[in-house]
Amino acid sequence: MKFEKFTLGLTLLMLSATTAAADCAFKNEIPIKAITSAFPAYKAIADNMQECGNVQVELDQEVRTKSAPALAANPALYHISSVHNGTIVPLLNQDTIRPLDDLVAKYGQGLNPNQLIKIDGKIMAIAFMVNMQHLMYRKDIFADLGIEVPTDYEQVLAAAKKIKEAGVVDYPLGATWMADWNIGIDFDNLFVGYGGEFVNDDNTPAVNSEAGRKTLEMMRKLSEYMNPEYLVADATYVQQQFQQKKIAFSNFWASRAAKMDDPAESQVIGLIGTASAPAAVPGGIPAVMFSWDGIAIAKNITDEEAEAAFRVALEGGDTEMVKENNDLAVWLIDGYQPTEMAKGAIETIQNGAKPNPSTVWRGLINDAIEKNVVEFMTGKKTVDQTLTDIEAAYTTSAKEAGLL
Amino acid sequence: MRRQTFWKFVGPSIFLMVLFIALPLASVFWQSFFHSVPSVESVEVETCSPGFPTQICETVLKSRAVLDENGRPVTTTHFVGLDFYRSVVEPDVVWQAFSSGNPAAILRIDFWRALRFTVTFTFITLPFVLGLGLAIALAVNNSTARMRGPIIFVSLLPYIITPVIGGISIYWLFVGDGIVTRLIEAMLDRNIAVMTHGWAVEALMMFYRVWHIAPFAFVIFYAGLQGVNRDTLESAMIDGASRFERLRYVIIPHLLPLIVFVTLIHLMDSYRVFEEIVAFNAQSQRISLQWLTYDFLQPDDSGNRAIGRASASSMLTMIGIVLIILPVLRRAWRDHRA
Repeated sequence: MKFEKFTLGLTLLMLSATTAAADCAFKNEIPIKAITSAFPAYKAIADNMQECGNVQVELDQEVRTKSAPALAANPALYHISSVHNGTIVPLLNQDTIRPLDDLVAKYGQGLNPNQLIKIDGKIMAIAFMVNMQHLMYRKDIFADLGIEVPTDYEQVLAAAKKIKEAGVVDYPLGATWMADWNIGIDFDNLFVGYGGEFVNDDNTPAVNSEAGRKTLEMMRKLSEYMNPEYLVADATYVQQQFQQKKIAFSNFWASRAAKMDDPAESQVIGLIGTASAPAAVPGGIPAVMFSWDGIAIAKNITDEEAEAAFRVALEGGDTEMVKENNDLAVWLIDGYQPTEMAKGAIETIQNGAKPNPSTVWRGLINDAIEKNVVEFMTGKKTVDQTLTDIEAAYTTSAKEAGLL
Repeated sequence: MRRQTFWKFVGPSIFLMVLFIALPLASVFWQSFFHSVPSVESVEVETCSPGFPTQICETVLKSRAVLDENGRPVTTTHFVGLDFYRSVVEPDVVWQAFSSGNPAAILRIDFWRALRFTVTFTFITLPFVLGLGLAIALAVNNSTARMRGPIIFVSLLPYIITPVIGGISIYWLFVGDGIVTRLIEAMLDRNIAVMTHGWAVEALMMFYRVWHIAPFAFVIFYAGLQGVNRDTLESAMIDGASRFERLRYVIIPHLLPLIVFVTLIHLMDSYRVFEEIVAFNAQSQRISLQWLTYDFLQPDDSGNRAIGRASASSMLTMIGIVLIILPVLRRAWRDHRA
C-alpha cells in the first residue's frame, strides 16, 4: 500500500515535471536556489519558477531573518530572495544584492514599469504585488443599520458604537494588534495619518509629539470596541473573526481578502466589502503605509547564474501566472484583473497612502514602539511615559547601530 | 584506575565542553564589553515604488551604511566597559525609582520586569514540583503491582510531550473561545477574557511548568523509594509511628540527596524559562530573562540586532543562576564531605 502511494506520487511528480517544462519559455540548465516568503501568492510564483527546471525554492516564514546572512555569504546561499520595503534594507546596507538594470534591459520587456524598484537611480528589485491594510466590512450589517462606510477614524468610532448598540456581532471592530510587529504597524499607520514624522533629519527620535499622543488616545478608544484579547490577535485570528461572523469591520490586510470568500473556511461569502483605509483626520491621507513585495538577485554569484536566476524569477511572476492566480494578491504584473476585493487596496493608494520607508531607523523605532505601545495598552504606562520610553529605547539602539 | 586511562576517558568530553561551552561563553563575555559600530552616512536618495496608475518617486534624506572597497560595511570596534550592562539594567532609573519612594517604577524596565517574573516563576513552581512529584511517587509505590505500569505510563506523559506543543495546547484551552473559557463562561454566565489578565497568564504558565516537570521529579523519587530500608520502616511502625511520621522521619531523610538533586535541576531549568512565554503568547504581559536575551538577538525588520545587550543580558542570566543554586550546591558539598 505504502509502496503504491509512493510510486503514484512519483508518477505524478514526473507528470507535473514534464508538463511543467512545457510551460516555461526556456529550459534552465544552471541550478538555481531561491528563498521566498510562504504566503499563497509566493507559493504560486514558486510553482511557476520551478517549471523552468533545476530550480529549488524554499518557502519560509522567516525570510526576514534568514535572507540577510544567507546572501552575505560568498558564494551566496540563494540566488533569489523575496524582499519587501523592510527586508531590502539590510541587503542594501551590506551590499549583497545586485543592480538589475542590464538584465531588465535584456529580458524585462514584459515587465510593467510599475514593478521596477529603483533606489538611487538603479533597479534593485522587481516588485510583483502590493500589500497593505484597508477597510474590510460586512456589507449586510452596514446596509441593515444604515451606516456609511467610514472615511476617517472619528467615523470608525461612530460606526463601531452603532454596531455595538445594535448587538449584531460579538465585537464591532477587529484589529491585528498582536503584541509584536503587528501592533507596531498599526501605531505607525495612525501616526503617519496624524502627520507624524518618526525621526528628524539627524536621526533623533520625533515620536513624542502631538501625533504620537493622538495616536495612543485613538488606539485606546478603538480598543473599547474590540475583543479584549486583542493583544494575541494576528492576521489569522482576525481573518477567523471575520469568517465566523464575530466582527463587523477592520482595517485588515489585503493579502487575506481572498480568504473571506473561501467556501472551505468562511461563513461570510460575498458579504465582505472593501474600501480605502480611513484617514486619521477628516480629509487627510489614508492612515496606512503600503508595502511592495517582490524579488532581488544576490550579488555574490556569477553573472551567468544571475542571468539564469533573473529569467527564472520573471517566469515565476509572468502574466500567465497572474491569470491563473488572479485573486491571490493585488498584482502589479500585466494581465491582472482587479477584483471587487482589490478595490480597497487600489483606492487606498490612489487616496495618497505613503509607501513604507526603507531605512535603517525604521526597524529600530518599530521595535521601541511595539514594546511600549503594548505596555500602554495593558495599562502599565501613561501616554507620556509611553512616548518618552519609545524615544529612550530608540536612542539606545540607534546609538548602537551608529545612527546617532 | 590508572591516571592515563582516566584522562583517555575524560579527555574527549572535556575537549568538547571547552569547545562548545567554555569558548562560546568566553566569547559572549568578551562581546559584552566591546561595541562594533557600523559607519553611517546621510545621503539624498531617490526611491521609486509602485503606485496606481504610475510609480511614486520621492527623494528623501536617508542614512545608509558606508561600504569599503570590497563591499563590506565599515565598522569600528572599541571597548565600552559596562555600557551594555548599564543599558540593560538602567541603574539611573532604578536609583531614581528608589529615591522617589516608588520602587515599583523599576518594573517599567524590561530587565527588572523579566527578573521579577523569572524569580517568582522559579520559586513558586519549585515546591509544587517537589510535592507533586513525591505524591505521585508515593501513590505509585503504594498501588498494587498490576496497576503500577499503567499509572507510571500516564504520569510520564506530560514529560514526554515537547514543551512548546504542551504549552500551546493548554493555551488553546483558555484563549478566546477555548473549551475551558467557554465552560467557565457558562458557569458564571458572563464573558471572560483570560489572556487579558497578566496574573492569569502567569498562573497558567506556572501550572503548565509544574504539570510538565513533576513527572521528572516523580521518576527520581520513585527510584529512591525502592531503596528505603524496609527494616527501619517496620520498626517505625512497631514503635507506633503514624503514616505521616514515617514519611517525615524515615522516607524524606532517605530521599534528601535526591530532593536536593531535583531542586538543583529545577532551579537551573526554570530560571531559563522561555518556551512558556512563546507558547502562551505572553510577551505582552510577562517576559523572562531568557526571552529578553532572545528578543535582543532577533533582528528587526531592517536587520539590526542588539548583540552587545544580548551578551550582557545572557551574562546577567548566568550570574543569576549561579547565585540561586549556590546555597544548594554548598549544602550538597557539606553533605558530601561529612
